Amino acid sequence: MFYDVSLYISLSIFGLGLIYKISTWFVRSIGINSNDINTSTRVLAAIKGVFGSILSAKIFTLIRVFIVDVLFQARILKEDYLRWVMHMFIFWGFMLLLLMHAMDSIITEPLFSEYASTLNPFMFLRDLFGLLVIIGIGIAICRRFILKVPRLNTNAMDHYAIIILAIIMLSGVFLEGLKITSFTKYQEMVEEYAGIDDEDELRALESLWVAKFDVVSPNVKGPFDEEILEQGKELHEMGCASCHSLPIWAFTGYAVAKITKPFALGLDRANIHNLFWYIHFLACFFGLAYLPFSKMFHIFASPVSLLVNSVADRGRSAPANIATIQVMELDACTHCGTCSLRCSVAVALNKIDNINILPSEKMVFLKAYASKKDLDDEGLKAIQEGIYLCTNCDRCTVVCPSGINLRDLWFSVREEFIREGPSVPLVLSPFSFYRGLNRQDLDPDYYKKPLDEAQRVIAEKCELMNKPDKVVPLTPINKEFKNRIDISSQSNTYSYCFSCENCTTVCPVVENYENPQDALGLLPHQIMRSVGLGLTDLSIGSNMLWNCLTCYQCQEHCPQGVKVTDIFYELKNLAINETHAA
Amino acid sequence: MMKFALFLGCNIPARVQQYDMSARAVLDMLNVDLVDIREFNCCGYPMRNSDFEAFVLFSARNLALAERKGLDMVTLCKCCFGSLKKADHLMKEDTSLRDKINSLLAKEGLSYGGSIEVKHFLSVLHKDIGISALKEKITGGFKDLKIATHYGCHALRPSDITQFDNPTAPVLFDQLVEVTGAKSIDWPLKLECCGAPLLGINDDLSMDLTQKKMVDGKQSGADYLCVACPYCQLQFDTVQDMMISIRGTDHKLPSILFPQLLGLVMGIEGKALGIDMNQIDISGIEAFLS
Repeated sequence: MFYDVSLYISLSIFGLGLIYKISTWFVRSIGINSNDINTSTRVLAAIKGVFGSILSAKIFTLIRVFIVDVLFQARILKEDYLRWVMHMFIFWGFMLLLLMHAMDSIITEPLFSEYASTLNPFMFLRDLFGLLVIIGIGIAICRRFILKVPRLNTNAMDHYAIIILAIIMLSGVFLEGLKITSFTKYQEMVEEYAGIDDEDELRALESLWVAKFDVVSPNVKGPFDEEILEQGKELHEMGCASCHSLPIWAFTGYAVAKITKPFALGLDRANIHNLFWYIHFLACFFGLAYLPFSKMFHIFASPVSLLVNSVADRGRSAPANIATIQVMELDACTHCGTCSLRCSVAVALNKIDNINILPSEKMVFLKAYASKKDLDDEGLKAIQEGIYLCTNCDRCTVVCPSGINLRDLWFSVREEFIREGPSVPLVLSPFSFYRGLNRQDLDPDYYKKPLDEAQRVIAEKCELMNKPDKVVPLTPINKEFKNRIDISSQSNTYSYCFSCENCTTVCPVVENYENPQDALGLLPHQIMRSVGLGLTDLSIGSNMLWNCLTCYQCQEHCPQGVKVTDIFYELKNLAINETHAA
Repeated sequence: MMKFALFLGCNIPARVQQYDMSARAVLDMLNVDLVDIREFNCCGYPMRNSDFEAFVLFSARNLALAERKGLDMVTLCKCCFGSLKKADHLMKEDTSLRDKINSLLAKEGLSYGGSIEVKHFLSVLHKDIGISALKEKITGGFKDLKIATHYGCHALRPSDITQFDNPTAPVLFDQLVEVTGAKSIDWPLKLECCGAPLLGINDDLSMDLTQKKMVDGKQSGADYLCVACPYCQLQFDTVQDMMISIRGTDHKLPSILFPQLLGLVMGIEGKALGIDMNQIDISGIEAFLS
């Protein structure tokens, strides 16, 4: 009764959870793609897209991907053999346990008329599948906590997934082991199936089960007479053998039985096997009910992501579908850390303390953000930096075992975060190159906004830039500022400058403008002199810095060996630090 | 047999795969063995504006990885080349910086001792393999083909660091182009920047500079631009194509990557060189083959 009630409760939570989670794919939005597309449009587009793909030649791609990437998980194999073994063991072990063991009354019994859970090959296979899962969990624990795979972060959801799986598996093994030695269980079975009343016969059967089937009895103890065992064997073959193979075939439970044998009578009297029965099925039901809300939901979302992304792309698919796919992909992420391991810029984390630099952690952030959408200034700044500090090298997309199109997700989400809130200094770096290459996919009204904003914030804080008429006392020289221009040994070469203006003359940027000072502020030689005079605002406030190509013409042509371009780099570092620090 | 760690950087695998394909095809025929180090990361070039030390850290990690394998590095990208050379120089000359960076690298069990050399693809062809050895491998040749050779800033300058060629009168790339039978023309803006470093920051300025170069190349009689850097290639290919719709200017001066040009006269199939992967069609160049 309790079993049935809890089963139906967990099944209904699971079912409703599934419906809820899938509905969020069509309701929630992330990035710039989805803002003005309503749910019904998205649902219709999805239906059209699914049928359009199934009823076209794309069906062959889908079948191939389903076999190669979903069932065989080739994308994990390509990345890491150990991880592939881990995941295949857990996936196949658990799936087969689910079908053959947990759902035996629906699947295994109708298929095999002679089925009994304690009969080979079913008993042996159950333990084999269980062992696969346990080995898989062992590898997972080893990877996350002992091997400490680089850049593999473990959060609460990862702990939960490992713990719930481990509880289910271990309680199952202990349950099986304690049932082998349990005298109470033995008696129940005899009463129900043996049909023996005679005291001697009962004793003979019991003796056989103690001798061969590892039951621990309070009444009989070995060694036994061959005769009694022979009699017991006859009785066994009449009443029990059709449902029971030797317990050694249930090798994981058998190991537990052997270990716990000395205390078996006490454990049996305390009804401990029953306790494990409750733990086992309640853990299963809890896992089932919580599945849609945990990272285990990837069992559904990752295959969807792999399949959908094998036939969709940003250029050709309906925008409504891209919006839906990008929300779905957040659920497909298993937090496996492959993207972070291969990320081209993850090394930045050794210097910059911002976990959002790692793609796997951006996904964690985006999952939470998509459901709530609230964010304080600190959080926004961190995600802005994390999401802009990316060279768009595509490695994360290429290696993602769930087939998530991270390239397009980043592109879309990056826009959402840099349009709003505090200015992002990193937009004034070559990290913007990819954005420039793809500007035709962006709203022209917003394209320049983050760039203008970042330059405005810097210029605004440089008072002298805004007051060209202000009289500046040149003595005493601002030593404090000059001391800060010492990031590298080359930076103090500015003091060799004698204002010959060669740098400015050869600069292709200066040459490009009719009135360069209007467009650029101070010109290269003027900036060198400002540094020499210790004028902070004039040194770091000019647009010239952000319009420098870094073509090194100035530096190459300086007769005094002033490292003009390199000093520009360092002034840009300073400008960002001075104006964008919290 | 020469052996190098191949440093691809970020743009090539994502957006200029034909450069990777064609360079490998050419180097393979020249018996150069390339080793891929999967742990390589970004060279640090995009970090230079915002965080000097992070830039050096990025580059130094790559140098350390190659050093651990005992291999010199060859880069295809000139911005990667310039950054790696700069960081290599700093790690060798500036001891306090080196200690600081190595202590950051130590978190991953790495450290850079300064024992390897960073080379650009063109230098390997010119200096390590040599013009005469190249000529031996050439089966065909271009006739009447005029090429505007674009050197790329970060290989040429700062010359004390990159030591690529004479910064004001370089010949290395011209000589390589002429090995193919093509003529490397004189053009006034040959040594100027392609504009790519400002794309995404100041597109108008970036495209102004690109436009000037293309007008100059065309006026000087070039049939094609030739480059050996993914940034320059994206600028002269993808951005030139984009400028047709944004600016209404069509210069019809397509850009070819040097290993594509060289590969064609070494008898390598156009498909293996990714000739069809450029944004602007360059298939017409095969008509110049004699």
